[in-house]
Amino acid sequence: MKKFILLCIVIAVATLLPGRLNAQDFLKNAQISGSFQADAALYQTDAAMGITSQSINGQPIRMNGFTEVNYEYKNFSAGLRFEAYLPPLLGYDPAYQGAGVPYWYAKYRNDLLEVTAGNFYEQFGRGMTFRTYQDWTLGYDNSMKGLRVKFMPYKGITLTGVYGFQRTFWIPYSNNNRGIVKGIDGDFSLNDIFDALTNAKLKITLGGSFVSDYQAGKTLTYPIGDKIYSLSLPENVACYGGRLNLNYSGFNFYSEYAHKINDPSQMNVYIYKPGNAILFDLSYSRQNLGIEIKSKWIDNFSYKSNRSYTINGLDINYMPAINKEHTYALPSMYPYATQTTGEVGIAAGILYTIPKNTKLGGKNGLSIALDFSQVNSIKKTPVNDSTGIGQTGTLGYNTNFYSVGNEVYWQETQVEITKKIGKKVKCVFDYLYQTYNKAVVQGHPDDPIIYSNIGVADITFNVNKKLSLRWEAQGLFTKQDNGNWAAGLMEVTISPKWFFSLQDQWNYGNSNASKQLHYYNVAAGFVYNTTRIQLAWGRQREGIICVGGVCRYVPQSSGFTLTVTSSF
Amino acid sequence: MKKATLIVIFLSAFVLCFAQSEDASAKRKTIPDVNIKDIYGNVFNAAKIDNGGKPVIIDFWATWCKPCVKELSAISDVYDEWVKETGVKLYAVSVDDPRSVSQVKPFVDGKGWTYTILLDQNSDLKRAMGVGPIPQTFILNGKGEIVWSHTTYAEGNENDVIEVVRKLVKGESIK
Repeated sequence: MKKFILLCIVIAVATLLPGRLNAQDFLKNAQISGSFQADAALYQTDAAMGITSQSINGQPIRMNGFTEVNYEYKNFSAGLRFEAYLPPLLGYDPAYQGAGVPYWYAKYRNDLLEVTAGNFYEQFGRGMTFRTYQDWTLGYDNSMKGLRVKFMPYKGITLTGVYGFQRTFWIPYSNNNRGIVKGIDGDFSLNDIFDALTNAKLKITLGGSFVSDYQAGKTLTYPIGDKIYSLSLPENVACYGGRLNLNYSGFNFYSEYAHKINDPSQMNVYIYKPGNAILFDLSYSRQNLGIEIKSKWIDNFSYKSNRSYTINGLDINYMPAINKEHTYALPSMYPYATQTTGEVGIAAGILYTIPKNTKLGGKNGLSIALDFSQVNSIKKTPVNDSTGIGQTGTLGYNTNFYSVGNEVYWQETQVEITKKIGKKVKCVFDYLYQTYNKAVVQGHPDDPIIYSNIGVADITFNVNKKLSLRWEAQGLFTKQDNGNWAAGLMEVTISPKWFFSLQDQWNYGNSNASKQLHYYNVAAGFVYNTTRIQLAWGRQREGIICVGGVCRYVPQSSGFTLTVTSSF
Repeated sequence: MKKATLIVIFLSAFVLCFAQSEDASAKRKTIPDVNIKDIYGNVFNAAKIDNGGKPVIIDFWATWCKPCVKELSAISDVYDEWVKETGVKLYAVSVDDPRSVSQVKPFVDGKGWTYTILLDQNSDLKRAMGVGPIPQTFILNGKGEIVWSHTTYAEGNENDVIEVVRKLVKGESIK
């Protein structure tokens, strides 16, 4: 609180002092922007779904909301975000309950230097050594609070230093209850640095970073079964990495590698093996054609600023999943999430648009996309004859670089066709085959692997310039888990202000007849410039939402939801 | 805690007053001085978005965002005509994170889009411009001032976008 008031004073002083005590100038030439969102729900009981007032915890009205405001005056900017969870919506961590200002900053910037005090989001390379970010839908925020300095001594060179601790819910930083994170990063665009390369066809950027996390406590007693382990811990855990991007006409190659020293933690059940992670991607593209192939290998690479955390939060780095993200309801029913303890993945995709006015492309052209991704375990062997794989207090296991294990965590093949027919009709057709290792991804050891065939048809019909209709038909067919699903949607949009939708997801193939439920939903929305209001009523099926290695469980619910978003 | 809430309410009210006042004096007018990346991975300062005195469209999108892709596909069908008629230039700012950022270039080329693509991998520009859910579209006049903004995409929205651009080119009021 005191810090916050102090910041306000600093902002006011810094803005007003430097020779321009002209309040009008401070207001007139200032620029303000921001955004606002409120997600409110009125949960209802639903006998068929087994939702009682007890499962709603006696709090049927819930809301998550935030307002973020940024102020900028010449080289100076400041901002804050107010958040309120009163109480949090079902499916968000109850630890969010409360309201306050978890994010505020003051920043000064010129051509040479940028200094940020307070909270900040930063990413080194693709984030394998360091990334702080916020995802409202996911309920995730690991922002740093501290100091960041960016130094741009020469064109094409950016040096970044960060120092601070991370946000986790509303828990105040005290008594070393999380680590202090320090990091430096260098980013170099060779074509900007060397004049001789300015117009070269080959574009080269490279970078490197070093991150260290300090957590107090040199020893830990850790019981497993009837054994009590006394572990000595590294108080400083270092992680470093390098990256390279090459671009030559239509080709692009990117690679990033990171190494972490021993980091015994709850996530790896306190083994002392160092961690390694590497990713590659190669793409070729030209007008109407895009091809990409990528791969990654991760070995013991969870990196958190609290070694006892297994929940979502305090991640220092970011390990994105390799598979494609889906937005249709049924293809995203079984989402894959990165297994930071070890995985190896490959993905390839091709997108081709058959040009307009050709035999195959017809009058409007036709887009075809083919995608494949697979993730397996990595091969782990015991460090010696008397030690089990992953045994606490040991080096855990041996593995070779880029080893591939036998266990399949995920596989997906997808075909998507996008076609415009005449001036009025647009169609998207999808077919997917997914293999999902629920036991590993969701941590339910006894669940079988789920094999599913999924089809989606999405048709838009523009009645006139203002009125359009859209239909979605989806099916998911599997013999495992909850069996077959069918889904349908009908949407009416009156551009630019109104939309109405009616949808249903039906679990008709559930082996338990009482669970063959309809998850219907009716929604209406209004858009005015940058404000959107949506009111919906219906049922929400149970599911999980995943981004990167982070997933959030969404419990089933029934009732009204109101969403308001605005930006200014 | 109560104090913090009060301060925030006060600040928000203060900000909203200015953001919504008739002359919109404190509302964001220009693109903030934020470093993002171009499609080759080089640093690109967003304040340098420019079209030599002609209007600019900035569209925040991502490869996984269906309405965004629909909007950019719809504009792509008529983009050549728009450019010929008004000289407008569209910057498509991708907020794809490290998971999908490598798909952006093959996706854009594969779709046959000819926009200038920028990469905002950690949403730095998105946050600085107060962008909420995507897609969000901005129109800049010839002086680089933000004069229009809209969130979401509905079929036919692209007609509103070009109408605003045409008015700007003719020097008419867009109100």
